[in-house]
Amino acid sequence: MTAVGAVYGRGDARRYEANPATRETDWVKWLILTAALTFFLLFLLMPLIAVFTEALRKGWLTYLTAITDPDALASVRLTLLVAAISVPVNLVFGVAAAWAIAKFEFRGKRFLTTLIDLPFSVSPVIAGLIFVLLFGAHGWFGAWLFENDIKIIFAVPGIVLATVFVTFPFVARELIPLMEAQGREEEEAAVVLGASGFQTFWRVTLPNIKWGLLYGVILCNARAMGEFGAVSVVSGHIRGQTNTMPLHVEILYNEYNFAAAFAVASLLALLALVTLGLKTFIEWKVERGLRDTV
Amino acid sequence: MSIQVKEIHKQFGEFVALDQVSLDFPTGALTALLGPSGCGKTTLLRVIAGLETADSGRVILEGEDASDTHVRQRRVGFVFQHYALFRHMTVLENVAFGLRVKPRRERSDDAEIRRRVHRLLDLVQLDALAERFPSQLSGGQRQRVALARALAVEPRVLLLDEPFGALDAQVRKELRRWLRRLHDELQVTSIFVTHDQEEALEVADRVVLMNRGRVEQVDTPTEVYERPATPFVYGFLGAVNVFHGRIEGPHLRVGEATLPHEQTQVIHGAEAVAFSRPHELRIVTDPDTPHGVAAVVERVLTFGADVRVELDSLPGAAVRGEPAHYEVVMPRAQVDALALTRGQLVRLVPSQIRVFPSQAA
Repeated sequence: MTAVGAVYGRGDARRYEANPATRETDWVKWLILTAALTFFLLFLLMPLIAVFTEALRKGWLTYLTAITDPDALASVRLTLLVAAISVPVNLVFGVAAAWAIAKFEFRGKRFLTTLIDLPFSVSPVIAGLIFVLLFGAHGWFGAWLFENDIKIIFAVPGIVLATVFVTFPFVARELIPLMEAQGREEEEAAVVLGASGFQTFWRVTLPNIKWGLLYGVILCNARAMGEFGAVSVVSGHIRGQTNTMPLHVEILYNEYNFAAAFAVASLLALLALVTLGLKTFIEWKVERGLRDTV
Repeated sequence: MSIQVKEIHKQFGEFVALDQVSLDFPTGALTALLGPSGCGKTTLLRVIAGLETADSGRVILEGEDASDTHVRQRRVGFVFQHYALFRHMTVLENVAFGLRVKPRRERSDDAEIRRRVHRLLDLVQLDALAERFPSQLSGGQRQRVALARALAVEPRVLLLDEPFGALDAQVRKELRRWLRRLHDELQVTSIFVTHDQEEALEVADRVVLMNRGRVEQVDTPTEVYERPATPFVYGFLGAVNVFHGRIEGPHLRVGEATLPHEQTQVIHGAEAVAFSRPHELRIVTDPDTPHGVAAVVERVLTFGADVRVELDSLPGAAVRGEPAHYEVVMPRAQVDALALTRGQLVRLVPSQIRVFPSQAA
């Protein structure tokens, strides 16, 4: 799942294909290709096409009305706001955690590594419930929060918290193997040459991980904007106030307002396409970088 | 500048990497830390640099206790085994790094930095490659960039960790000569770590032999080779023949043979082990010779100016359950005169042996 891992071993396939000793017979080849392509069409491409056809079924005008509806715009704004907070937060957390895990030895390191994966292994609904239990009206801190007039659950802070939790692993998971593979020698060299901790990080560590970091950020962002489960639990579904785009899609759909639901959904689908495009671009950059090294 | 380490002790869990090591590295000398892998030589180098902290003991740079000084302030040049070049920077920027990260009031302007970098790159004969990236260089070139980068900050001492370890034999030999010349030119106190005895003997002014976290011997290359202080040093430096036996006055009894020795510090009747270099053994084909150790010719390797003869001990004379192997090197003409055949019974007469009490072996 790492950017670097994804590009290793390409080109090998072509060598096997060109060599009659390792080439598969035609029918095996066609069988595998057909199965893969059918699956691809049915489960990946068709839904994507369906989203856009459904969104535009009643014409451009309906489409535009649906996405310029005040509630829809509010949901777009909220989604962007949540992403704008949680992605930088996870960028900092992720880099710090990866740095600590990859470059230092300390007690409880294995435990921390496992902990980072927790948001991936827990159902998002549970993740949302955790925050309700902590900050909800009857939660651990509920009374105190109420007295001080701070609203977390059914408000924007809760949505941000849930999103940060769910998207936490992306950056860290992307960076840990990369930083472990690069080792500590370059940083040691920098320190021996007189660089301060900050200079070492800024001039040596960061340039070495920049593509991996960007890759992690893009995946993190995609999830932050698309998260449904955890956000749904803490949001309270207040139209125009605590509805993110995925939640807004659900509401519209439940109201049988299919065209509008698909219109907003198409925006999310567009985001997915942009993410894929960026992801491919980064893989291409990394691959080129690797080829230069060889 | 002089470097001293005093009673350095370093442990990784149960493993003792450095066991009360005290050493003196004189100003301007090129010293080799030599020993098998895991003997603590790299750890010692990293302790001196400050990249590793000793559990106890002190590092003294220029008469000044540097044990608590941060790596950054020690002003040492360190060349890493795998070079550790900054892969996203050009050769020029790599070498300039140490100059660019200085605090603003100590930093020279860009033109001055460039001038100094180019001078250094000239010194390591790489000025033409200043704009290349490390990935576009060969191993030997990378090594020289690493050296130039370490020298850029005008270090008080230069530390090199297995500087030629990752290079192929041809390049290694060339770089060795080059490093020696460079050192003579710059006269900066240098320590390099190696497990290659030839490299240590060829390049260094002084050799420190280490084994299991301890210092076995410190001497000039000639001395450590000619007069090894311990059985370990004997075994580690070059090929050697080993004879196990018992001291009988001025002789060492090995099986039914006796070998004269000049060692005075061994006790009569004690178990002992004797060492002899391959060129210090003579092969006698007459099996009735009264002295010398009996052996069977196993292989005669006849390439090169000198011929190597490999022999096995007699089946009955196995030491500690294992048959001993011997190696003799002599000029081709002598071997031709002996007309050795495989399986022939001969006697080995050492011209010189060095005896150590057995428990030390």
